[in-house]
Amino acid sequence: MYPESFIPLLLALVLSPLLLGIINRTKALFAGRRGPPLLQIYFDLWKLLHKGAVYSRTTTWIFRAGPILGLAAVLTAVTLVPLGNFPALIAFPADFLLFAGLLGLMRFFMVLAALDTGSSFEGMGASREVFFSALAEPALLVALATLARQAGSFSLSTMLGQVSGGHWLHLGPVLALVMIALMIVLLAENARIPVDDPNTHLELTMIHEVMVLDHGGPDFAFIVYGAALKLWLLAALVVGMVVPATGASWLDLALVMGGMFAVAVIVGVVESVMARLRLVMVPQLLVGAGALAAAAFLLGLK
Amino acid sequence: MNNTNIILVLVVLTNLKLLGSSRLGASIRVVAMQGVVLGLLPVLAHTNELSLRYAVLAAGTIALKGIVFPWFLFRAVREAEVTREVEPYVGYVTSLLAGVMILAVSFWMCERLPMPETLASSWLAPVAFFSIFAGLFLIVSRKRAVNQVLGFLVLENGVYTFGVGLAPHTSLLVEAGVLLDVFVAVFVMGITIFHINREFDHIETNRLSTLKD
Repeated sequence: MYPESFIPLLLALVLSPLLLGIINRTKALFAGRRGPPLLQIYFDLWKLLHKGAVYSRTTTWIFRAGPILGLAAVLTAVTLVPLGNFPALIAFPADFLLFAGLLGLMRFFMVLAALDTGSSFEGMGASREVFFSALAEPALLVALATLARQAGSFSLSTMLGQVSGGHWLHLGPVLALVMIALMIVLLAENARIPVDDPNTHLELTMIHEVMVLDHGGPDFAFIVYGAALKLWLLAALVVGMVVPATGASWLDLALVMGGMFAVAVIVGVVESVMARLRLVMVPQLLVGAGALAAAAFLLGLK
Repeated sequence: MNNTNIILVLVVLTNLKLLGSSRLGASIRVVAMQGVVLGLLPVLAHTNELSLRYAVLAAGTIALKGIVFPWFLFRAVREAEVTREVEPYVGYVTSLLAGVMILAVSFWMCERLPMPETLASSWLAPVAFFSIFAGLFLIVSRKRAVNQVLGFLVLENGVYTFGVGLAPHTSLLVEAGVLLDVFVAVFVMGITIFHINREFDHIETNRLSTLKD
């Protein structure tokens, strides 16, 4: 454990809601609006934390435990993901499997809580969420396996830290494929536009937002914060692949933060210029991402 | 070296796109793009001995595969007045997964085959085999005659990829001969599609086996 290992953790905890703010600002800019303030998500979290929660009589303790356990799972995942060249707090071989597993655990509790409300509407959202993430997970794992193979290490910290300019020169196409696959996974896992529209409420087409309709107050704050952390973590994977090691830690930090905000801007641009895919097309997109990752893995073997 | 790899990755991507694409027009455009990209291959793969021979091969390939074939196929589609859906026997997602399997098999096979030392890239042979098998898969898994022609073109692109990789060993005549064969084949197929359409009002091969008075 190094002292600089706390940097990824602290930055993730403090700055992750800012990414959502940047995405919203980018979308507003494209639409010609002023948009909400960059810190709007912080204000929302503050407001939600000071509210009381209302629980339906149909729900059991599972509904109350869902958001807390989900947040706990993603907080554990935060300790595993490095930021650029800053190693993660905890690193051991094959920790990327634990990372994928923790994201799965978070989803599992969200789905349980949604099913616990007894609403058929939330059951539908839960079913979609599980279906799409089942397709996105192989893409994530194969992409990470490709990275592991190229970096010759099974730990996320060394994996993302060692992929550098040299790798890009030799295996640029392979890494580019992995990056595109990870980007699609990022959009799908965070319920972003080609897969799901985060702005639609009470629509029959939505996926993630429908599962959290019955949560309110602090519970909903936990869910929003957990979603922001998840976006931050997946963005950190993408950025970690690109940002080179310069040696000077302040420059590294500036580059990584620039990369994170750039990913947020890209997500905002994608949301502004694309329409949401029809629901039957989403599996095709996700299987396509998996195919890209698999092709990268095979090409990387040679 | 690196340029060759980028081209080969583009070939893999266009093949995957073809397997997952549901639109006829988009498929024709993707095959045209693959033809243009492959046309650049001889020039980029053998930069150390840039000669008129490769330039002619590249120009001929781009002209035929990038311009003539797509124009011909678009014309056939327009005259046959088919809808713009692909209508496969095997679904798009399954086709994509099959494509990944084919890619894995190609890599596995090329590990075991004795390869000449002079190949431009270690990806060349697997990608060539991938194109050949993907082309075969497209031929057997799609209903429309136009899609089967596209599958045939992809198959031929695979043969061409392999041929260009071995260019110092094979003569230009062989390449030119293959190109000419394909040209005639696509020409004949285009006419056939038109005739099938006039006789049967459709170009779906699964319905051709039932006789019509």
